[in-house]
Amino acid sequence: MPTLVYLEDHEGELVKGSLGVLTKAAQLGGDVAVVVCGSGVQGLAAQAGRYGAARVYVADDPALVAPLPQPRVDVLEALVRERGFDTVLFGASVLATDVAAGLAARLPAGLNWDLVDLEVRDGKLVGRRPALQDSVYADVGWKGEPRLALVRSGTFEPVEGGGEAEVEELAVETQDFSRQAVMLERAHAESEGPSIEDADVIVAGGRGLGSPDKFGLLEELAQALGGAVAATRAVVDAGWYPYATQVGQTGKTVSPKLYFACGISGAIQHKVGMQASGTIVAINKDPNAPIFEYADVGVVGDLHQIVPKLTELVRERRT
Amino acid sequence: MRLAVCVKEVPEASARTRIDPGTLRLDRGGAATLNPFDAHALEEALRIKERTGEGEVVAVMMAPLPAADSLRKALAIGADRAVHVADDALAGSDLVATARTLAKAVEREEPDLILLGQQGGDSDGAVLWSALADLLRLPVVSQAASLELAEGKVAVKRQTEYGYDLIEAPLPCIVAVSDAINEPRYPSLKGIMGAKKKPHETLNAADLGLGADEIGEAGSRTEVYALADPPSRGDSVRIEGDGAAAEKVVEYLTERKLI
Repeated sequence: MPTLVYLEDHEGELVKGSLGVLTKAAQLGGDVAVVVCGSGVQGLAAQAGRYGAARVYVADDPALVAPLPQPRVDVLEALVRERGFDTVLFGASVLATDVAAGLAARLPAGLNWDLVDLEVRDGKLVGRRPALQDSVYADVGWKGEPRLALVRSGTFEPVEGGGEAEVEELAVETQDFSRQAVMLERAHAESEGPSIEDADVIVAGGRGLGSPDKFGLLEELAQALGGAVAATRAVVDAGWYPYATQVGQTGKTVSPKLYFACGISGAIQHKVGMQASGTIVAINKDPNAPIFEYADVGVVGDLHQIVPKLTELVRERRT
Repeated sequence: MRLAVCVKEVPEASARTRIDPGTLRLDRGGAATLNPFDAHALEEALRIKERTGEGEVVAVMMAPLPAADSLRKALAIGADRAVHVADDALAGSDLVATARTLAKAVEREEPDLILLGQQGGDSDGAVLWSALADLLRLPVVSQAASLELAEGKVAVKRQTEYGYDLIEAPLPCIVAVSDAINEPRYPSLKGIMGAKKKPHETLNAADLGLGADEIGEAGSRTEVYALADPPSRGDSVRIEGDGAAAEKVVEYLTERKLI
C-alpha cells in the first residue's frame, strides 16, 4: 500500500494535524511518503522523517508560496500518477480539504472525509466517519484506487520515532487556471486577546446571543467562574468578538473541564474544537440544535434570562 | 452578471433523520427543506444582483424530483430561474459523481460567478466547490467571510486557522461562502406567489450528456460498509424552560464539584 501523506506547513513548521496523519499512516504499514509544498520548505523534510516518512517529496515553486489549493492539486496529481500511490491521506484544514477535493475530481478518485479513524481490515483500508451530527458512525471504504481520505482535525497525535527520510525535489508544473486565484494579503497570527487554551472553564457564545453587546453577560459569568470567554466562527466573522477567542475548525481547539455553549447551534465546525471538554452545558432556545446531541446538560431556554441567573447563583456560592 | 447558486435539499432540523439500513444511504423520505447554508450563498447572489442593478440568479440543484419544493423556495426567496437535475440514475453519487453532474448543469448557464454554501446541513460535506472548480477548470476560493466584486474580479476575505486572508480571483470563478457572510432573507408572500411563474427547468442525466458510468453508484468510488453506534458520552440531562433552569444547572455542577 504505497501511501502519500500531504503535509501542510505554516510559518516554517509542519502542521500538527498533518503530522498526526503521517504517524497513523506509518502505523498502518507499507511505504509511506510525504509531500511538502511551498517555497524554501526543504528544511521541513528532516522533520517529516522523524514522524515516520521514508521519503519526502519537496515541491518548491513560487506558485506554491501562498496557501492556495489549486497549484497543490497539480503537484499531487503528477505525484500520484507518476509514482503510483494508491492511497493519499490528508489532515483536514481549510487548505487540505480544498486540495483533497480538487484532487479527487482531477484523478478521479474516491474521497472519504471527516474520518475519525483509519484501519486496515483484511488487507483493505477502512475509514470511520461520523454522520448525522455524529449520531451514527459509518464504516466507509473505496472502490478501486487511488483512495483519498481527509481525517478530522485533532484525530491523531503525532508521535516521533522515525528515522531519516530520503528527500527528492520535484519538478513543479502548474496549470493556468490553478494560478488565477492570488493571495493579496495573508493572515498573520493575532496574538492579542485572552488565551482560551489554558482556561479550566470556558463560556462560549454564538449567534443566539442576538447582538455583540450580549457578550457582556458571558463575560460576567466567566468572571464569576474564573474562566475565559470564547466565540463561534459566525460571531467572529461578524466582528462581534476577536478571532483569538474562536473555537472550532478554523479556530482554537480547547478541552476545559467545563464548557458553557450559549446560543451556539453546535455545527460540526464548532464541535471539533470543543468536543474534548470535560462537561458541556448547552443553553439554546432551539430544542433541535445539534449541540444538544453532545451536551452533558442541555438547557432549552432563553440564555438572556438563564445566564445572568447563573452568574448570580455562582457569585452567591463564592461568597 | 450571471450568477449561479448551487443548492441542495436537506432534512428539516426537527425531522428525525436516519440512514436506511438497507441502502446505507440517508433516508430522504422525511420533511425536507432548502439547505440553510445554501441560503447564505443565494442571499449573497441576490445582493450582488441588487448592487449592480442587473443580472440573473439561477439556482441549480441535483436531487430527486420531490425536492422541487425546496428549489421553489429558492425562487420564492428571489432566484430568477431554477434548474433541477433529477434522475434515478444519480442515486448514490459520491463527491466526484455529484460534482460531474453539477459541473454539466452549471456550465450550460455560462455564469460569471458560482456560489455555494459552506457545507451540506445533512452530510456535513464541505468539499464540493473544489471538485466542481477542478472539473470546470475555474479558480476557487472557500470560507468566504465577505466578498467584493470589481472590474471583472472578486476579492474574498477567507477565514483559515490563522486568521483572515485576502484572495483575489478573476471571473468566472467559484466562491464558497461562510454562514456569517450575511443574514438571509425569508421569502415574502409576493415571492412565494411569484415563484410559481418563474422558469423551473427539470433535466435528466441524458440531457446533460452524462453517461451511466459517470454518475450514481456506478460512477462513484467510495462506499459504505456498515453502521455503528457512536461512542457514548454518558448520560445527558435535559432541562426545559427558564423557571428553575439556572438552579438545576448549578446543582448539577455542584454535585460533580465542577464549581
